[in-house]
Amino acid sequence: MNGKLIFKDKTEFFGSSFGFDSSAAGEIVFTTGMMGYPESLTDPSYKGQILVMTYPLVGNYGVCDKKYWESGKIQVSGLIVSDYIDTPSHFGSQMTLAEWLKKEKIPALVIKDTRKITQKIRDEGNSLVKMVLNQDIDFVDPNKINLVAEVSTSKIIEEGKGKKKILLIDCGVKENIKRELLKRNLSLTIVPWNFDIFKNKMEFDGMVISSGPGDPKMAEKTVDTVKKAMGLKKPILGICLGNQILALAAGGDTYKLKLGHRGQNQPCKLVGGQRCFMTTQNHGFAIGKIPKGFKPWFVNANDETNEGIIHEKLPFMSVQFHPEASPGTRDTEWLFDFFVKNL
Amino acid sequence: MKKIKKVIILGSGALKIGEAGEFDYSGSQAIKALKEEGVKTVLVNPNIATIQTSEFLADKVYFLPVNTHFVEEVIKKEKPEGILLSFGGQTALNCGIDLHKEGILKKYGVEVLGTPISAIILSEDRSKFAKHLKKIGEPIPASMTVKSVKEIKNIGKTIGFPVMVRAAYTLGGQKSGVAYDDKELNKIVSEALVFAPQVLIEKYLYHYKELEYEIVRDKDDNCVAVCNMENFDPMGVHTGESIVVAPSQTLTNAEHQMLRQSAINIVRSLGIVGECNVQFALNPKNQEYYVIELNARLSRSSALASKATGYPLAYVAAKLILGKNITQIQNQVTKITQSCFEPALDYIVVKIPRWDLNKFKGAIDKIDSSMKSVGEVMAIGRNFEETIQKATRMLESGASGVTGEKFAKLSEQELLERISDANTTRLFAITEAISRGIPIDMIYELSGVDKWFLFRLKNITETEKELRKNKKLNKDSLTRYKQTGLSDKRIGHLIDQNELFVRDLRKKYNIVPAILQIDTLAGEFPAQTNYLYTTYNASHYDVKPLGKEGVMVLGSGPYRIGSSVEFDWSCVNTALALNDHQKKSIIVNCNPETVSTDYDISQRLYFEELTFERIADIFDFEKSLGTVISVGGQTPNNLAESIDNYGIPILGTKAKDIDRAEDRNKFSGLLDELRVKQPEWDSFSDLKSALKFANKVGYPVLVRPSYVLSGNAMSVSYNDNDLRDLLNKCSDINKTHPVTISKFISDAKEIEFDGVAENGEIKVFAISEHIENAGVHSGDASIIYPAVTMYLHTEKQIIDVSVKMVKALNITGPFNVQFLAKENNIFVIELNIRASRTFPFISKATGINFIKTAVDSFFGVSKKSEIEYPNQVLVKVPQFSFSRLKGADPVLRVEMASTGEVACFGEDAEDAYLKAVFSTGVKIDKKAVLLSLGGATNKERFLESVWRLKNLGFKIYATKGTYLYLKENGFKPKLVYKVHEDKKPSVVDIIESKKISMVINLSEKRIDSVKNYKDYITDGYLIRRATVDNNIPLFTDLGSAKFFVRALEKYNSGNVTTKAWSEYVKMK
Repeated sequence: MNGKLIFKDKTEFFGSSFGFDSSAAGEIVFTTGMMGYPESLTDPSYKGQILVMTYPLVGNYGVCDKKYWESGKIQVSGLIVSDYIDTPSHFGSQMTLAEWLKKEKIPALVIKDTRKITQKIRDEGNSLVKMVLNQDIDFVDPNKINLVAEVSTSKIIEEGKGKKKILLIDCGVKENIKRELLKRNLSLTIVPWNFDIFKNKMEFDGMVISSGPGDPKMAEKTVDTVKKAMGLKKPILGICLGNQILALAAGGDTYKLKLGHRGQNQPCKLVGGQRCFMTTQNHGFAIGKIPKGFKPWFVNANDETNEGIIHEKLPFMSVQFHPEASPGTRDTEWLFDFFVKNL
Repeated sequence: MKKIKKVIILGSGALKIGEAGEFDYSGSQAIKALKEEGVKTVLVNPNIATIQTSEFLADKVYFLPVNTHFVEEVIKKEKPEGILLSFGGQTALNCGIDLHKEGILKKYGVEVLGTPISAIILSEDRSKFAKHLKKIGEPIPASMTVKSVKEIKNIGKTIGFPVMVRAAYTLGGQKSGVAYDDKELNKIVSEALVFAPQVLIEKYLYHYKELEYEIVRDKDDNCVAVCNMENFDPMGVHTGESIVVAPSQTLTNAEHQMLRQSAINIVRSLGIVGECNVQFALNPKNQEYYVIELNARLSRSSALASKATGYPLAYVAAKLILGKNITQIQNQVTKITQSCFEPALDYIVVKIPRWDLNKFKGAIDKIDSSMKSVGEVMAIGRNFEETIQKATRMLESGASGVTGEKFAKLSEQELLERISDANTTRLFAITEAISRGIPIDMIYELSGVDKWFLFRLKNITETEKELRKNKKLNKDSLTRYKQTGLSDKRIGHLIDQNELFVRDLRKKYNIVPAILQIDTLAGEFPAQTNYLYTTYNASHYDVKPLGKEGVMVLGSGPYRIGSSVEFDWSCVNTALALNDHQKKSIIVNCNPETVSTDYDISQRLYFEELTFERIADIFDFEKSLGTVISVGGQTPNNLAESIDNYGIPILGTKAKDIDRAEDRNKFSGLLDELRVKQPEWDSFSDLKSALKFANKVGYPVLVRPSYVLSGNAMSVSYNDNDLRDLLNKCSDINKTHPVTISKFISDAKEIEFDGVAENGEIKVFAISEHIENAGVHSGDASIIYPAVTMYLHTEKQIIDVSVKMVKALNITGPFNVQFLAKENNIFVIELNIRASRTFPFISKATGINFIKTAVDSFFGVSKKSEIEYPNQVLVKVPQFSFSRLKGADPVLRVEMASTGEVACFGEDAEDAYLKAVFSTGVKIDKKAVLLSLGGATNKERFLESVWRLKNLGFKIYATKGTYLYLKENGFKPKLVYKVHEDKKPSVVDIIESKKISMVINLSEKRIDSVKNYKDYITDGYLIRRATVDNNIPLFTDLGSAKFFVRALEKYNSGNVTTKAWSEYVKMK
């Protein structure tokens, strides 16, 4: 089946469908990562978004077992690639990418000139688009929806048997954040984004605010929780959306970047040192005003934007990138160790 | 860190198999980076054809051998504070280790910059490196190191066959191989131990995937994995011999991160500062992996990675070596981001090696863990099909894609054999098998090539099948065919139409390639880059045409025998000179080893095919002022007619005049008209009249096809039988042009006339002469400038004749004439209206950049230069790579066989020649020589040299005939037996015992006429082969052997001069 990708400004790109034959609308974003499509597609941060892979060949190694995914299902609303490979070759492949997309009812288009689309997004910012396959639909602005509410857990989940207890606020947590924490012999209590931990008198040694989709200001309840939690002076680690939430909770502010960071090759410098790390990122917002009592922890080596903050005295820290990687490099895995040491 | 002011940098010397143009590229970038930092550079590199030895790069250049003796002399003189070892390949690294071990660096207080020398030594020592990896917990295949054959007894039990044998301290895996039993193991190990003090025997990882990572690290421990690459060929084939793709195609994120992390762990553990390459084997059935190899220096792979990603690894490495933090180095491509990042590709890259095994009589077409290829091409596209098809066309081996009729006649059995054993055409055999319907699973089982690649190839054969069936082209189908990488020519072929028909239709439908930038960030940031490629898998242009400001410069394509770095020098200089005329250069080339494809050489770089189709596509878009086809060797020259017909303006000599020089009939007619002598010749398309002619002029005769590059299929015939045999071969190679046969003039001198003209008037010229007599291909000859032994009268005749020819052909731009001179008679052999192989040599010898003059001539403003007779002499000698080519007969013929060249200046020809020969790796450390002189003439003519050798104190070993002759003439040689005599000591024993330091083996008859090489194992062949296999200098030409002996005598084996280039010549 043929289909169209239509931008809000009426620009159209023609393509052919290889996923589920239905239309979808959302915000269009791209990622420059060359590997790791199963991880990206299942990353809840992409909720409500239509993802363009800039690497042209997608599907090469099929779809791995569910246990390696970043959440239980495909989170993107749609997928755009330049060339879909329907003949995967990998010992771990369980099905083809097309089979997976169809099973999960996610539309996908092959549009040859994904570079043109990328340049458009880069120059004009993330835009609302629709993938029209069988019938025309309306544009949907995911930023007006509380996406965090959609991807967050609805019930409290306990995992791990470690002595130290981590309260993990699920704003759309990636499995690998959990894996990294569990690997360090911790026990996790995963709570919904809007769960009132004080009312429920939750006991914990440290708090992790997960990554997730959308505008941090939508997650008002999480911001409130964190604000209160800071009073306990227990270690807090924020990741991606969690970083922005911590900043807002501590009185800082966020703004929209001119050029968002979307890939697995973002260099982040540790402030005050000579070290620079390769990180995975997917964000359009960044911390502008550093909250009082905090100092910049990481900055992006390309555009010098803030990539993380750390409290001058208390064990509060957060990063804009993804130390849990998956996809991407494991260069900043050590942040989990650093956090755990504070517990 | 103290501020370094002056450094010495070692080059890699001549281009050879395993060490080629990539080091000119890395070295040039490093020098640029050092200059930017205000560091003075002293370069030692005898490779005169390189760009790095240009006056605008290093502050001082020494054309001297890269060995401890000469480098010490330079250090003594220049007093550098630091030395850079990682930009000149294995040659520089080995020399650096020797300099360190001999205490020379310490003696003069020279610091090894970058990776510590201890780490380099560790990484080069197989067993220590294996121990080190074990210590840091990185997996290595079960292995053991042996220093003698005795130690290999139990390997079948301890490691288990098959095993891989690798020699330490050698280039490109020389003398490595896979052994399946004790007998094979014995053979490989004993051969390898000749070259290396120890060998590593390890578990052979059958059909594992092979992957490579390029890592840079700075002094602050920041590491970046710039590129990962996957080999199409599984383990067992050297990465330089493999088809390689970047980025990896079949790796999951987890696998990629696992290998990346491992590579970084290793690099950190060694304290590398700069660049490092790590190779892995990955089990395709699980995630088990092993570390296979590490190069603590810039390498062939790093050059490829640089071109594949747009990340200038050598430039960055040089800055890191000076102590910079990686975040302080700007991304040279985007100019807005910086170098601490890992490039994201939004395209795919395919590299295919170029082999020239058919140039070597007796060489076996099998590829394995040691390198045999002489060059490579890199293609860029947005799917595998398009990209690999482009790459096959770039090879210029006649393929118009991965498909074709080449193997159509093979039986299934034969085809499958070509798939299971890696060889130079396996890709094409695989495609043929797929198109015949042989199951992908079976091809995978045989070849180990991942099914991912096989399915992509299948997509191509299926697409072709559809086209063949329908024979109809509409906009949709034609677009699809182009997206699958089919050339216009191939599409035309499949529907019985010509290339232009398809092109016209395509343009009618507006199906033209998109032009995209390599921006290192997949479009995430806007980039200023000039680095471009074309694709049908996109539909926009990233750049705007340059219009009449732009001039296209066509590069030389893959390095191969006969077309190498010298043409890249010409291209680079053309691009630079165009700027003097307020023009913007647009380079088109597809060779990742070149400097011409570096990011800052041209205003625009198309990393593209040098085919008519692509040149026309680029021209259609750019609407350039014109194109330069005379600086990239024969490849662009051959396109003259088609691009002229298409209406693309050619700068310089007109296409019809080029044709008058290239077409032998027309050229001969012209010579007759001008009353210029040429060896008697005629052209033939049937055997009968050819035989008649040969008998009329008398044998020997020279046989060759019309358009000649490096004596392709050129041969000498000595009798009717030879000729009969050769003619069949030639007509097969070139059907459109007839074969020409000319009288072969024996004992003649060969002379090179290089010049630049404008509107038929010569503006500058230089004459040089060969040391070897005619009959040795000019690319294999040793060349002297000035022509010190030429008669003045001969020179005058040569100039007169050249003036006449240049005028008649109305030449504008570069040209080269080859003359024969015998007894003061001169004959014209050929005239090429393009820059010749000797252009850099002549330019550097005279101080006049001939290319710059040529570019001036294109614009009608070239100045006339008179060259004064120089005080110094420059001698160029060829570099052979026979030791790498199992079975090949190491002998000079009319077909070119050398892979590179070196040249040294001297006070006289002997001084220069001796240094040049030493630069090819020759060492005369024992005063003993083996002589085997075939025929009475050779014996007589060499007699004088034997006296000289005796006076020098050489012990002389000789084979029977030579022995008897020398005894008669008052010598006391030691007799050695030829192999067929079956007595001790045999020639091979003497050679293998390493008692001698050189072998002079002169044959009576030239070797060209031998018909079936497999059956041809003569004593001469065995002597020559044993000599190169044992790394002993070999002379097979009377002229050069005599000259070498004379030089040895005059300079008492080494009291030669060591002056910088600038002490001899000032560039004007």
